[in-house]
Amino acid sequence: MTAIDIARQHILEPSGLGEDELGNVLSTLLGSAIDSGDLYFQLSRHEGWSLEDGTVKGASYNIERGVGVRAMSGDKTGFAYSDDIVLPALMDASIAARAIARGTSSSQLAAWGGRPGHALYLPDSPLESLSEQAKVELLQQVDAEARRQDPRITQVMVSLSGLHEVVLVASSDGTLAADVRPLVRLNVAVIAEANGRREQGSAGGGGRTGYQLFFEEGLALRYAREAARQALLNLEAVDAPAGYMTVVLGPGWPGVLLHEAIGHGLEGDFNRKGTSAFSGRMGERVANPGVTVVDDGTLAGRRGSLNIDDEGTPTQCTILIEDGILTGYMQDKLNARLMKTKSTGNGRRESYAHLPMPRMTNTYMLAGEYDPQEIIASVDKGFYAVNFGGGQVDITSGKFVFSASEAYLIEKGRITRPVKGATLVGNGPDVLTRVSMVGNDLKLDEGVGTCGKDGQSVPVGVGQPTLKVGGLTVGGTGS
Amino acid sequence: MFHSAVVALAMLGLQITRLELDDLKGLAVQVLEEAKRQGATSAEVDISVDSGLSVTARLGDVETLEHHKDQGVAVTVYLDTRKGSSSTSDLRAASLKETVCAACRIARYTAEDPCAGLPDAELMARDWPDLDLDHPWALDAEQAIDIAIECEAAARGLDKRITNSDGATVSRLRGTSVYANSHGFIGAYRATRHSLSCALIGQQNGHMQRDYWYSVARDNTLLDSPAMVGRIAAERTVRRLGARRLGTCQAPVIFEAGVARSLLGHFIGAISGGALYRKASFLMNHAGRPVFPSFVHIHEQPHIKGAMGSAPFDDEGVATKARDLVADGVLQGYVLSSYSARRLGLQSTGNAGGVHNLIIDPGEHDLGGLLKSMDTGLLVTELIGHGVNTVTGDYSRGAAGFWVKGGEIQYPVEEITIAGNLRDMFRHIQAVGNDVDKRGNIRSGSILIERMTVAGE
Repeated sequence: MTAIDIARQHILEPSGLGEDELGNVLSTLLGSAIDSGDLYFQLSRHEGWSLEDGTVKGASYNIERGVGVRAMSGDKTGFAYSDDIVLPALMDASIAARAIARGTSSSQLAAWGGRPGHALYLPDSPLESLSEQAKVELLQQVDAEARRQDPRITQVMVSLSGLHEVVLVASSDGTLAADVRPLVRLNVAVIAEANGRREQGSAGGGGRTGYQLFFEEGLALRYAREAARQALLNLEAVDAPAGYMTVVLGPGWPGVLLHEAIGHGLEGDFNRKGTSAFSGRMGERVANPGVTVVDDGTLAGRRGSLNIDDEGTPTQCTILIEDGILTGYMQDKLNARLMKTKSTGNGRRESYAHLPMPRMTNTYMLAGEYDPQEIIASVDKGFYAVNFGGGQVDITSGKFVFSASEAYLIEKGRITRPVKGATLVGNGPDVLTRVSMVGNDLKLDEGVGTCGKDGQSVPVGVGQPTLKVGGLTVGGTGS
Repeated sequence: MFHSAVVALAMLGLQITRLELDDLKGLAVQVLEEAKRQGATSAEVDISVDSGLSVTARLGDVETLEHHKDQGVAVTVYLDTRKGSSSTSDLRAASLKETVCAACRIARYTAEDPCAGLPDAELMARDWPDLDLDHPWALDAEQAIDIAIECEAAARGLDKRITNSDGATVSRLRGTSVYANSHGFIGAYRATRHSLSCALIGQQNGHMQRDYWYSVARDNTLLDSPAMVGRIAAERTVRRLGARRLGTCQAPVIFEAGVARSLLGHFIGAISGGALYRKASFLMNHAGRPVFPSFVHIHEQPHIKGAMGSAPFDDEGVATKARDLVADGVLQGYVLSSYSARRLGLQSTGNAGGVHNLIIDPGEHDLGGLLKSMDTGLLVTELIGHGVNTVTGDYSRGAAGFWVKGGEIQYPVEEITIAGNLRDMFRHIQAVGNDVDKRGNIRSGSILIERMTVAGE
């Protein structure tokens, strides 16, 4: 069954709706000086299992269902939503949403069409990919593996979650598209204790697939060992240094640097409004030659990937920075229309109850030529960060932070002592001009990222090879 | 028999659109009955229905108009001491039945946990005062647009360095929440939350800065005027222009009231039951011990009329009550739900879901007085990032603010971090200002800390 068949069966038919009714609702929406409008139907089922003290203490299950109705007139947007998917509620929401515009002109509803989406994941429900008993056993195995690493591991918390989401988009531009999206995630957090000192470590991952992912090559057990290793390492860590210094970032998740420093600043809405530190800089050099950064929603099974975005546009690979030159913004339909360009398939929303906006998918830097060992060896004194928590950016000033959770000192070209976590701060528009070496070890993250913008959370991915940044401020307490 | 219950739920589902409190209570009771029918030994249910409107105007015209209408039912069932939870936004009968069924199904796979279960019956709230939380605002879209335009216009007219805007937003929200459990407790109340905010972009020498201000209240007549919100947003934006970096140094730091709140948030995180029973807090076993200097007094006042954090009972129906958390600098107790309390061998403090109106008593000086008392150091007005570790107390966050010398603000600063350990930071608070920010659930004046590491150039 195709995604559109599944959406018809699970969303439209139980509500007695078909293409004709959707057309009628959109016609109502287009009534008064509205350029375009769309309906976003969503049905999602989510489950979460959590373990602590060696046993599964709780489990939760959530069903969400609703429809969002959007009307656009110039740069104005009207929006209403309903968790009741019935024709009268849709009509009410349409009348509320179209109140954004006053006037008499009207647009025509286009014939149904639209480009087909990708097939980056299977439509099967992850929730049913494993029996309840097997989910419980998986959590217990992860717990045992983490505890087995060292008697100093005193606490282990494991969580497993699965999401199965069916979405259908009907737009006045003729788009009629659906997507069935699985998403799984496993996380392990441990606490290690020795000599009155306690430290934490965590690891995890996931993607758009079923729970079987966690059994492939013992992935779940690897997360357990990794969380334990980090916590034990942190028991030995000394205070991080403070000040401006050379920083080497490891491959994979440290790509959160790109997400914060570059990615948000290149989202279409901020640039249309001229509120981004990157506004009006298209075609300018923002990074050293050799630095290429893309946003790619088409990677099979990745957490940030989508067959279509939440406006029904197939996702794509957009080159943001090519060989150091700023080449592209990420767009949704509204901002693309106002900037006289095309959507790049980055229109995303948290749910039917939220408005879409330009958001990242999987954002990463392509590999360079250096051996990672060679990069470390080139640093006389510096900070080597291999794992991070989250980050944040002030779009307008361009200042961003990201917080290291595993880091080391580099002294005379060698990795020496582990240091405590610290926040790193920099300036987005020029940090990539200080990237002097790009490793040949491109890696994507394990599938853990969630991005927040205007109060809306969406799953994303990041990645990068090992990078040497000539100068960043490290916010430790040591000398 | 089972079938007729489902039909009754369906009938209730139809009436909910009218937002009648009694209908929601009836629905809660029926969900509990359904849980019992499906084999739950005890159960609890939470129903919330919110509706509202928010409007943003930007550059003198309306930009977005959003109608909000959210509803949700969350049920937790216990099969003796096994626990399962389930929730839905879909109040139709079939979905509610599926929700209860899912909670019971997954509960069978969870382990027995002697600490799990409803709160002890004698802790449930019995009667409560009207907390004056419900003030519906008859604000239509046209009026909201006018207010937002007025607010933004006031801001943009103040200084020619205000070159752009992220807009002004007016929002009204009214929510109803019902909590019921199989002790026979049923509590319901309504609360409103109205706000007005403005975010602006300033520009000087090719560099842009953004800042904002907001006013929030249960009662819309207590909101600051659009002109005042716009003016403060403009002043805060313009004063950041020309920001420089700082050299790496040790310096005293004042957290302006709006960000000082976050320090108290970290304190609450570290004395919360979940962190304590997991041994994941740097304040484990600190009850009865000094955590702050002896002049610091921190208390919880859940019953302040009309306040943003007021609540008659917590998320489990346990009575909330006023109490001291810190007296003369000494930690008086923890922040506990019934589960975390049982894990620690203690009793619930009525804090399932968090604290209600946490207040640190103000000192005698305003912000100007704190600046004089600091003489030379950093005034932090904005913090970004998540570099706070509750297990160890290690603290390292991005900051922006002002460099202060001779008790006077010298120039704005940015692209710096401030770092320390919360244990030391709490112990070395030198003063709390009387410039209390009452907009949130945590009320604090500006806080002066003796010394932190500032990292910059």
